[in-house]
Amino acid sequence: MSGIRVLVGTRKGAFILTSDGKRERWDVSGPHFAGWELYHLKGSPADPNRLYASQCSGWFGQIIQRSDDGGKTWTQPGTPPGERTTPEGAPKAESNKFVYDTSSETGKPLTTHQFYDGTQHPWEFKRVWHLEPSLRDPDTVYAGVEDAALFRSKDGGKSWQELSGLRGHGTGPKWQPGAGGMCLHTIVLDPSNPERMFVAISAAGAFRSDDAGNTWRPINRGLKSQYIPDPEAEVGHCVHRIAMHRSRPGVLFMQKHWDVMRTDNAGDLWQEISGNLPTDFGFAIDVHAHEPETIYVVPIKSDGEHFPPDGKLRVYRSRSGGNEWEALTKGLPQRDCYVNVLRDAMAVDSLDKCGVYFGTTGGQVYASADAGDNWAPIVRDLPAVLSVEVQTLP
Amino acid sequence: MIRVVLPAHLRGLAHVSGEVELDIKGPATQRSVVDALEAKYPMLRGTVRDHVTQERRPFLRFFACEEDLSQESPDALLPDAVVSGKEPLLIVGAIAGG
Repeated sequence: MSGIRVLVGTRKGAFILTSDGKRERWDVSGPHFAGWELYHLKGSPADPNRLYASQCSGWFGQIIQRSDDGGKTWTQPGTPPGERTTPEGAPKAESNKFVYDTSSETGKPLTTHQFYDGTQHPWEFKRVWHLEPSLRDPDTVYAGVEDAALFRSKDGGKSWQELSGLRGHGTGPKWQPGAGGMCLHTIVLDPSNPERMFVAISAAGAFRSDDAGNTWRPINRGLKSQYIPDPEAEVGHCVHRIAMHRSRPGVLFMQKHWDVMRTDNAGDLWQEISGNLPTDFGFAIDVHAHEPETIYVVPIKSDGEHFPPDGKLRVYRSRSGGNEWEALTKGLPQRDCYVNVLRDAMAVDSLDKCGVYFGTTGGQVYASADAGDNWAPIVRDLPAVLSVEVQTLP
Repeated sequence: MIRVVLPAHLRGLAHVSGEVELDIKGPATQRSVVDALEAKYPMLRGTVRDHVTQERRPFLRFFACEEDLSQESPDALLPDAVVSGKEPLLIVGAIAGG
């Protein structure tokens, strides 16, 4: 029977929730890396037992962890505990080293971005927000970092190199931090075209590469953001997350700071699909595993009030690719609920019926085994949830 | 032999439970102690001082013999009591929430 593994990153460690295909009884493993912030964990589509995790701390910096046994054991890639040198003789702990490319050829003009006060500010590495393993190679993984940049490892996380064409394409000095920092938080790989990938940055916008990450261009036409001087600027939009259904890689859905958007041409033009949502502010967005026109968001009251409207935690589902939304409430708190659902904290499984999962800043992880009709908490009292990813195991 | 007390987060990362003991070749300074620490526990590279600048991370401080050594030069000699192993060098996370 198929199984489900839910990877949960929290403010104080990681948790792994497992169940069989019925998704009724869950085992909880953790906390892994107790006391550390786990911004994101994700498994390799090419090898489900290969997991990557971003472990970080304002005190001690960035650590990359890797598991080759589905999360039972972890190691820093290239740095096995107790060994003094790697078999190759390479320096250890390179896995934690994210150094911006400042070469005169590829690195320019990478020197500054716009700071909160409008002045130019140098790029400073802070943490890895998102890890996106390659669809085909377990040893290749991408990292989206703060301050916003894209890195790639081709050796299982042992070492990282910046794909500097993103920062270097020319709009970097116009990027600016959102409330959470200037982070590259979304990486979407096109399953039909290994050369094509998408990223999103707060607050710069969405970008696309058609040559495996070497060169990039902004894809923000159609976005309108009233909180920036030019609401239709080429860059500067606070995109919160992008989601794709693997059967239609040219169709993307976006939860922006305000507005839910879609594009049917790989980002060349976006249109708003907020429709009858009670508020179109939010962070998370995802697509049903088997119905590419069925999408999910969790509306949040406003940019200043990061909690559900009216104290009711509601997932909204559209079965028409947007505009027409229905509230999903069965099993979710419908009074006095003031949690948030962060951008990487929603995911789906690929069982039939599709399972939908999300975590809250109140420490609950909710699951629905019937595409959102009914919900129940897997766990209620974790630290604040930063990310939720789901693996459907054979 | 130099004794070093690590913060709990770094003890977990290094898979140690108590103080760590380091053999220092040459003068015992903050720099040589962290060099030896990273050589013995390479998983700690980048956690005490920045990978690139090699500067002490801003939310960490060094104490010994009830003195704050954080603002001392990284090449200043450590107190004799630390060099002799009588007192440990304390690497302490700033008290800034968490």
